[in-house]
Amino acid sequence: MNKALSTSAWVAVAVLGAGAVGVVAVRRGEPINALWLVVAATCCYALGYRFYSSFIAAKILALDSRRATPAERLENGRDFVVTNKWVVFGHHFAAIAGPGPLVGPVLAAQFGYLPGTLWVLAGAVFAGCVQDFVILLFSVRRDGKSLTEMAKEEIGVIGGVVAYAAVVAILIILLAVVALVIVNALKDSPWGTFTIAMTIPIALLMGLYLRRIRPGKVLEVSALGFILVLLAIWGGQWASLNPVVAPVFTLRAQTLAILIIIYAFAASAVPVWLLLAPRDYLSTFVKLGTIGLLGIGIVALHPTLHMPALTRFVDGSGPIFAGKIFPFAFITIACGAISGFHSLISSGTTPKLIARETQTRMVGYGAMMCESAVAVMAIIAACSLQPGVYFAINSPAGLVGQTATAATSTISGWGFSVTAADMQHLARAVGEQTLFNRTGGAPAFAVGMASIFSQSLGGETLMALWYHFAVMFEALFILTVLDAGTRVARFMIQDALGHIYKPLGRTSWYPSILATSALIVAAWGYFLWQGVKDPLGGINSLWPLFGIANQLLATVALCVATTIIIKMHRTRYAAVTLVPLLWLVAVTFTASWQKILDRNPRIGFLAQARVLAEGPATTATARLIFNNRLDAAVTAVLVVMVALVLIESVRQWIGVLSGREESRVKESPFVMTRLAEDLR
Amino acid sequence: MRQSGMSRFAKAVRIVLATLREIFDEAAYERFLSRTRTPSSIKAYAAFREEFEEARTRRPKCC
Repeated sequence: MNKALSTSAWVAVAVLGAGAVGVVAVRRGEPINALWLVVAATCCYALGYRFYSSFIAAKILALDSRRATPAERLENGRDFVVTNKWVVFGHHFAAIAGPGPLVGPVLAAQFGYLPGTLWVLAGAVFAGCVQDFVILLFSVRRDGKSLTEMAKEEIGVIGGVVAYAAVVAILIILLAVVALVIVNALKDSPWGTFTIAMTIPIALLMGLYLRRIRPGKVLEVSALGFILVLLAIWGGQWASLNPVVAPVFTLRAQTLAILIIIYAFAASAVPVWLLLAPRDYLSTFVKLGTIGLLGIGIVALHPTLHMPALTRFVDGSGPIFAGKIFPFAFITIACGAISGFHSLISSGTTPKLIARETQTRMVGYGAMMCESAVAVMAIIAACSLQPGVYFAINSPAGLVGQTATAATSTISGWGFSVTAADMQHLARAVGEQTLFNRTGGAPAFAVGMASIFSQSLGGETLMALWYHFAVMFEALFILTVLDAGTRVARFMIQDALGHIYKPLGRTSWYPSILATSALIVAAWGYFLWQGVKDPLGGINSLWPLFGIANQLLATVALCVATTIIIKMHRTRYAAVTLVPLLWLVAVTFTASWQKILDRNPRIGFLAQARVLAEGPATTATARLIFNNRLDAAVTAVLVVMVALVLIESVRQWIGVLSGREESRVKESPFVMTRLAEDLR
Repeated sequence: MRQSGMSRFAKAVRIVLATLREIFDEAAYERFLSRTRTPSSIKAYAAFREEFEEARTRRPKCC
């Protein structure tokens, strides 16, 4: 009876999901309600988790709850700690959820809501969740080893070196692109800039409070910090209206870029407890609360999606970034569908906390599903805007025109009606001087989120506060990524340099700290500066570069996973990681090819350099030509490195399958658990 | 025995709090105090941060 009931329930979920996906995919010409996306996503995740992840767990990974995990065998109260599965789940989700699933889907909405939604759902269920799950389990079976170490052991030295280089490259490009997003959100915005500037003394105050007044009371100080941040948002309005203060915080993009570079260098060099840790706590506190609030808001208010399912820009002529749906939608949305970066977290802290192998399914597969749900929320927030408004915010002035009239005329000419008066009214409602040319995705997401919330809470009178809350929330996220990413990259460089000259590897030696911090900040700062000076807004070049780098890391992770699956004699099921791997190879290699060699100067870096060289020479021409050639070279180097890993992996697979090479996985030996049944 | 609605709710609250304490490193600090058998103090927290910081800041945070 129970089985019949359960079967009927799952059939109902499948029918409902198919119906909702059908509505999302087929409906044309009239706006649809956001609830269709919510229902489609919920049903897809439920079915994926219940059936696909359990198939992987049983048939491929053979999860064994009797096998002691590293958290139990190596428990030391520091890195290895047996932890409740829900706690590990929350911890893992907090680590994987950053600004990526909010920004990427907003940018990809230029194609309409359909391509992004389908990729987020299918990509997460069949690729992203699978990657996070299998890498987590393989790391658990190898004493919590990192992806780089596993790549070295299972594929060979080339795998390890490429994984390492890819991580450093991704960090540099990631930091540049997120810094550019924040610059574009804050330029000429005294309210936003004041609020974000205030988070620095707030974080310092929190650091001192934790260190001197209430040691260890992080939740308490985070709640206090949150209240201060809310006051800073409120104070931002005053600052933006004050004739003396407002000009101080009204900054151009170049000035903001310089300030962010200086800030990141300082944050990387000062003690962690003073700035980085409290900001991280504050950001996590705001992040978890806001994501929850946004989810509730979308379900309760279920806005209408005004963006069509497909826009005219599927032909590759999009104003936000150039290129067709294939491959560019699939590299623009990484976090939310599949992100190589997650494999670093699945082989970082999380495997050292897992109490039971069987919990890797919920933590690895389940947390990625939640991240994917955040991406669906971002799609809803962006697509609930009127398309004309969406394009006016996200299109660079170099493309649509420098004045409000020129921009609205260009955008209306595309068939997305918008007027200068509409934009002026909206800008005033959110407390900004203008919303034109705010590329990067964050402002569009903030306007969408503010519009959704203001429908029920406070109406237009509170819209400005909601908008600046959303900007603050994203900027806080991004500054945390900048702080932490710069430091992580610094440690990686120090580790490598330590092999050449030992003192350089010492993370407490100040000459090394300053030199490596400067090196990392200079590297991403260069790309940031390039983006700020780019007449097409920078996002057009940098976001695809970041997407390619991130997806190439996912390619490395899936190579490692497929190699291990073949070595485990589960070749008949290798398609589970091999198909996503082949898809990513197709996507990233095509995108790289087009970004380097496409004849359209808006797509190909070299074509853009050629056009600049043939055009009228200005003071900036030589630098722009060099930047385009540099971007082409970086893309080429990344692709060649990953091609090497791919070749090395295929060589391993052929060797193992033909019996020429020994099929031995490098797992830790089986040890029977001693933990009680309820922890299994 | 089936749990009552109230006890299920209490358990859920406990798990949420435990999750927050883990994310915010309060649990790690408590483990440090119990491992080193020291009471919480400014000095103990400074020692905890010193031991904990490098490992913590090596953790990547996703985009």
